Formats: sequence, structure tokens, C-alpha cells
Amino acid sequence: MSVSPEILVTGLAHLGGKMLFDRLTLQLKQGEWTALLGPSGSGKSTLLRLIAGLPVVAEFDGTIQANDQHSLSGRIGYMAQQDLLLEWASVKDNIALGSRLRGEACPPETLAGIIDAVGLADQADKRPCQLSGGQRQRVALARTLLEDKPVILLDEPFSALDARTRADMQELAASHLDGRTVLLVTHDPAEAVRLCQRIYLLQDTHLLETDALSPPFPKAVDDGDALALQATILMQIRAGS
Amino acid sequence: MNSAIKSGIAALIGLVVIWQLIVSVTAVPRFILPSPYLVGLSFIENFELIAEHTFITLSEIIAGLAIGVALGIITALQFEISPTAKFFLKPVLIFSQAIPVFALAPVLTLWLGYGMISKVTMAVLIIYFPVTSACHDGLTRTPSGLLDLAHVMHAKPLRLLFLIKLPCAMPNLLSGIRLAAVYAPIGAVIGEWVGSSQGLGYLMLLANGRVKTDLMFAALFTLGFLSMSLYGLITLWIKLAFKRFETQ
Repeated sequence: MSVSPEILVTGLAHLGGKMLFDRLTLQLKQGEWTALLGPSGSGKSTLLRLIAGLPVVAEFDGTIQANDQHSLSGRIGYMAQQDLLLEWASVKDNIALGSRLRGEACPPETLAGIIDAVGLADQADKRPCQLSGGQRQRVALARTLLEDKPVILLDEPFSALDARTRADMQELAASHLDGRTVLLVTHDPAEAVRLCQRIYLLQDTHLLETDALSPPFPKAVDDGDALALQATILMQIRAGS
Repeated sequence: MNSAIKSGIAALIGLVVIWQLIVSVTAVPRFILPSPYLVGLSFIENFELIAEHTFITLSEIIAGLAIGVALGIITALQFEISPTAKFFLKPVLIFSQAIPVFALAPVLTLWLGYGMISKVTMAVLIIYFPVTSACHDGLTRTPSGLLDLAHVMHAKPLRLLFLIKLPCAMPNLLSGIRLAAVYAPIGAVIGEWVGSSQGLGYLMLLANGRVKTDLMFAALFTLGFLSMSLYGLITLWIKLAFKRFETQ
């Protein structure tokens, strides 16, 4: 993995003549987890897609820059809410999808190491339909890890999981993605507080930075400060709407 | 026993009983409607003749099916790879479907002769469109999330096509192939009717011309049985070989 850059997004976006978000500045600090909280339709996924270089419906007027002045293209790992697994392919082939799509060789020992790290060693030759929801999301995480990119964009990756699996996955992701520049788009204040050193709230076309906890992350599920902060943020969200 | 086979056998027995009743009650002449017994007898007496012509028709159907399906898949992939090809070829493809195959049959016979090639071509023409259309339809319906993932991963276009888009299109493509299995015999037999010296279509015309209505019916039922078996076998093959693509 190359050195994780800092990313700066500035600009505004319209959607069908309506302002989606006004002149905002979103800074993703080098090697840190940043959370982007907001209600559905607030434009948080649009922001993530813009950074990922994916097509968006909204019209964006602004810039997305890395502090090393290099393009972000090819330096991004992406995890969505759906696990996006290929049902016809084995777990192993799903994890190695990036190399397969680019026609590159994937060293078997690297692949085996990552499969082992996410606890899927016994499932490597199975098909996704034989896995539980949590295991499927582990495959998606392993697929992202194998890409070994310095910037990671997470679009509500744990929101479809049950509470216990979600907490497990948050910890697994936090330990494996440590040191990378991560943007976590979520609607769950608890998740943001547990994992992120910087928390932004996108609400009513404006971006607002809220308080966040200091490292280390992830915070324990019963961490008093985390529980208090998540309540504060939730009240802030409710007051805003 | 499979319920589809059971209901098929029940329907067949019902049909034969009604048929026999009509023949007995109306005393219709045998050259208009022979009894099931006479048709069965004719089938046994002419077994070798029917088998010989069945083999010809079956060969035409299988060749037509293989070529038509292959051409359909290649065209659909080509449409997906090159928008220019799609721009120029799609109208031609639709126009080819607007012409009734019956109208083309005499021309094909004129150009390609009375042999098997004109019949295989007919079968190919009749199944080319449904296969192309089904496959292309499937190729354009790749879930957007997978396309996003492939985009972020910098997928090569051809690898994206074969590793993601084509497998996602499989359920559509397989429906197209099932449809083709039903259409291919129609193409082959139309070709035989217009001009040939062999095949079940030819045998039916010949028997009809000589007022051997029982033989005509025997050939007709053989064709029906052949088409149904082909459809059944292809459905079974798809179920066994492509199971993993059907459960998306």
C-alpha cells in the first residue's frame, strides 16, 4: 500500500434545480477515519460517489483533491451496503475479484493470508449463498483488503447486519483498515462515534463538524464517553430536522 | 414420476380417446381423419422411413440451434462491446424479424438449394433474434452496484463483460435458449415444406399428396414428440449445467 493521502472536497451540488449541498469543505485527514452522518437523501452518498469517481445524478461544481497532487483514481477501495458478491463464484474468487477484473495475478499466499485474517479459512471454496449475512460482509471486507488501497470509502457497509454481527464487523474493519484514509458514510451516530476520529453531519444542505473522541478506536460498545457523545449527536440531528 | 410428464401422458390419453370418439361417432372417411389405431399402425409399418426422415430433421434442428444460439450470443456481446455495431446492426436485426420467415423460405431454397443448408439457415433465422434479444437484454441489466465496484477496481472492459455482465445475463440468455428450442423445429419444417426431398416436413407433404393421411399424422406426431423431447432435454441440461447462474 502506498502512503495514504489527505483528501479535500470543496464545492456545491444541485439535484434537479434543487440545492443538494451548498458550498462545503470536507477534509479527510491522512490515515484517519472520518464519518459522514446525515439523513437519507442528504447527499452523503453523492459525496462518497464523487470521491470514488463514480457517476452521480446530481450536478457537482467543485474540486476533489489529494494533498500529494496525484489523482485518486486507482487508489480507492470501496465497500457498499450490499455485499455485491458474485453468486456464481466461490468465496475465494469473489475476494480476488479486483485482480481478476484487471487481469493481474493474485499471489496465493496473500489471498490465503487475508482469507485467514477475516476468519473465512473454512469457507474459501463455498459459494456466497452458503454463507450468513455476516460472513458475506466479511467476504466483501476481504475483497476490499486484498485491493490494498490507501483510501477506503465505506457506504453504510454494516447497516444491513444484525446488532451483534455489526459490532463484530466494525471491530474487524477498524483493525484491518487502520492507518488508511477512510470515509464512512452512515446514518448511525453510534457507529460514527465508535470508529471515527472526525465526524461530519450533512444536514439541510450544510456540512457541520461535531465533536468526536480521541484514539484509540474502535471504542468498546459500553464506553461511557461514546454512549454520551452518540446521544448528543442524535439530539443535534433531531434538532436540525 | 415428474408431474409434468404425468400431466403430459394424461393429456395424450385424453386426446386419443376424444379423437377415437370423433372418428367412431361421425364415421368420417379415413383419408380425412384416420383413427388413432390406423395412425399407430402406419407408424409401425413405416418405422424405418419415419426414422430416416426424423434423423434428417433432427440434424437440421440441432445444427440450426447450435449456430443460431452461437450467433445470437456473439451479436449480443458485440452490441455490448461496440455502440457503433449496435447502432448499425440493431435496425437490421429488427427488420429481419419484420419479414415473415415463410416469405424468405423460397428465396433461401433458390439460393442455397434443396439440401440441408437452406433448412438450417431457416432455423438459424428464426431463433437468432430471440437469442440475441434475450442475451442483450440481460447484458444491459447488470446491477449498478456491481458496475460501481468494477469501475472503482479499474476493470478491463472485456473482463467485466465475461466475469460479471455475461454471468448476470445468464438467466435471460437461458430463457432465450429455451425459446429457441421451441422455434428451431418450426424453422426447419417450414424450410422442408417449401422445397426438399427429405425430412419430416417433406414426408408430411408427400403423404398428404398421396392421400396417406395416416402416415401424415404419424409424421406429425413424431415431429411433435421430437420437439417436446428436445425442449425437455435442453431444459434439463440448463437446470443441471447452469444451476449456479439461475439462483441470482
